[in-house]
Amino acid sequence: MAAPHLLVHEKKDTVGVVVVEGLKAGTDMTCVVTADNSSFKLKANMDVPIGHKIALVDIKKGDTVTKYGQDIGKAVANIKKGEHVHIHNLKTKRW
Amino acid sequence: MAKKNGKKSNMRFSGYRRENGRVGVRNHVVILPLDDLSNAASEAVANNIKGTLAIPHAYGRLQFGEDLELFFRTLIGTGSNPNVAAVVVIGIEDGWTKRVVDGIKKTGKPVTGFGIEGNGDLMTVAKAARVAKDYLQWASELKKEECDISDLWVSTKCGESDTTTGLASCPSVGNMYDKLIPKGIYGVFGETSEITGGEHLAKARAINPKVGEKWYKVWKAYEDDVIQAHKKDDLSESQPTKGNIAGGLTTIEEKALGNLEKIGRTCKYIDVLEPAEAPKNGPGLYYMDTSSAAAECVTLMAAAGYVVHTFPTGQGNVIGNPILPVIKISGNPRTVRTMSEHIDVDVSGILRREMTISDAGDALIEMVLRTANGRLTAAEALGHREYVLTKLYRSA
Repeated sequence: MAAPHLLVHEKKDTVGVVVVEGLKAGTDMTCVVTADNSSFKLKANMDVPIGHKIALVDIKKGDTVTKYGQDIGKAVANIKKGEHVHIHNLKTKRW
Repeated sequence: MAKKNGKKSNMRFSGYRRENGRVGVRNHVVILPLDDLSNAASEAVANNIKGTLAIPHAYGRLQFGEDLELFFRTLIGTGSNPNVAAVVVIGIEDGWTKRVVDGIKKTGKPVTGFGIEGNGDLMTVAKAARVAKDYLQWASELKKEECDISDLWVSTKCGESDTTTGLASCPSVGNMYDKLIPKGIYGVFGETSEITGGEHLAKARAINPKVGEKWYKVWKAYEDDVIQAHKKDDLSESQPTKGNIAGGLTTIEEKALGNLEKIGRTCKYIDVLEPAEAPKNGPGLYYMDTSSAAAECVTLMAAAGYVVHTFPTGQGNVIGNPILPVIKISGNPRTVRTMSEHIDVDVSGILRREMTISDAGDALIEMVLRTANGRLTAAEALGHREYVLTKLYRSA
């Protein structure tokens, strides 16, 4: 299989991580779930830098975002599937 | 030292067995200032006696209480580390200098102290340099012996993390611990504030509920007494750091979950250590209460007696330590390309699915053994000697 564009830790995660440099909007990404090696396709809606996250599903403002199968914070804006997830739309529930 | 069931593994390395039975992988003769005032004399000795190593630092005056105890534990621990063959201690006065000398002396290694008051820098440097020269020549004739991997104490702490550390470099360290802890090594992880969001997972990885409760109390105290007591915002740009955020990490929860990948899937920690405290319960994985600042944390682990450090990085932390070789491991292909001189183990193949976590763990174990055998780490070759004492509160 070709090298993936996006890696996802667990099946239940709602975000994945871009693992290639220079990812462009419109790319039909190959995504791999590392927990079970399953794969799927997802279209990137934005240019997203390596290491940054992309939503795997539509996420509503106030929703918990899941990565590693765990709670990593809450959405502070509506996020569409395929969009960049970072400090502009995701905040810690701590501190 | 006790071997697990007296069995020896097929993983061997050559090390320096010290007077107390511990094994070092470096052979430093250290010129250790007691206090900030003694840095100049210590560095002058090291300038005169080539091959000795001065370890200047910023503190040692007017500290008191728990902060003072931590200060002495860190200095004595640094001198006692088996990567150190012998020590010259230089202090502004004799009393506290002797306290450090006496602490290091318990290991049985050669150590002598010098006080500056009543002598001045120049007389002190002249006297200390003669002893340093004798120590250096003595240490240069020490022979290495073959040792089992169970003689290794291997610490870990990550830095300038990004999302690739949670996917690649931290799980590689975790895989190493899953393979080496059963062989009888000592391990340690820490970074108390950076477990926030994963504290339920960390607590569950204790060997038993009692140790888990001890861990939770330490975590809660840091949360309440340090973070909540002093914070002015949500700590964005401090924890996670600006570098973490540039690398794609968004929240402390996300950072913590990546951090915890360093303890693998199977090993459990057997005790919770104070900062710079040496483990006392035999081989196994330990937790140490530390900050997440790289140099502070690595300095504390060196003072606890660890002899090789594994350091996952995403965005490219360049840290080293004067006495503890720091192995850098990165899975970020951009960092591996743009900062290659800092990276000892490239695990970016994990992101391309060309390398498994187990392959990466094996590559790291090989690098740990090569480092123990004498290979200089990137940080050593580049002269990184960050030595930062942890300060608990203001001096008197």
